[in-house]
Amino acid sequence: MPVMPALSVKARKHVRLMSDVRTIDCEEALRRLFDFLDAELAGEPQREMEHHLEHCRSCFSRLEFEKRLKAHTAELGHEPVGEDLERRVRALLDSFKC
Amino acid sequence: MIRAETDREWFAQAVTDALPGLFGAALRLTRNRADADDLVADAIAKGWTRLETLTDREKVRGWLFRILTNAFLSGRRIEARRGAHESLDPEAEEDFSLFEQLHAPILLWWGNPEQQFLDKLLREDLARAVDGLPEQFRLVLVLADMQGHTYQEIAEMLNVPIGTVRSRLARARAQLQQALWKHACDAGLVREGQKARAAHE
Repeated sequence: MPVMPALSVKARKHVRLMSDVRTIDCEEALRRLFDFLDAELAGEPQREMEHHLEHCRSCFSRLEFEKRLKAHTAELGHEPVGEDLERRVRALLDSFKC
Repeated sequence: MIRAETDREWFAQAVTDALPGLFGAALRLTRNRADADDLVADAIAKGWTRLETLTDREKVRGWLFRILTNAFLSGRRIEARRGAHESLDPEAEEDFSLFEQLHAPILLWWGNPEQQFLDKLLREDLARAVDGLPEQFRLVLVLADMQGHTYQEIAEMLNVPIGTVRSRLARARAQLQQALWKHACDAGLVREGQKARAAHE
């Protein structure tokens, strides 16, 4: 009879947690994709999503694409400030009374 | 309210650090450099007068963005009363996926077309697509993707249910991706066969 290698407490806990996770299909995963991307999932729904992404290359690729597009979009939130605005802000800050 | 010189120095530094972000958000909201300058200046002035409402100075950045967003919204409410409000398109799609359009074997680029699309995506093309969104969609996109607010925070800021935030954000992203897809087609980045296939679907 083969002898199973002993698992650490942490590894046993991980195996137990993963075996408890309900399997979701791609349709459900795509429905949750943006909530997951925006860190709006928690607890069981998040674990189910992570479990699905570990096993589904297609949904994982979709998530990576959306993550990169979101990062590009976030970059638009930073714009070089023009000299006019810089001068105006400096004057405004100097005008504040203490 | 009397403030110490150290408060003024601290506030000036916080504003200087946040300025590119404040201006970026203002520019995306107003779509106009002069209006964005006015909005930023207005938010800074309001911030100074309301400094006592900032309970945790570690959170000054988010607090300034919130003031800027509220200043924008109150300006828009005045315009809305004057009849200048932009209406939402009720037919706006919620489920258009750029990934699905690109993730096909007959594209111009071989290998990983969706990744290559993002590599070639120009900042100004993306900015144009964001600026072309209806205001209420653009607003949630700025708050979520550029300022990093949670859905709950956005719901409170806009005084709408969280489901409305989720739905507007989904429609904003779908319309944004649709605009990027259209741009890719117009710029010849996509083969005719692929365009026909996408149109057929």
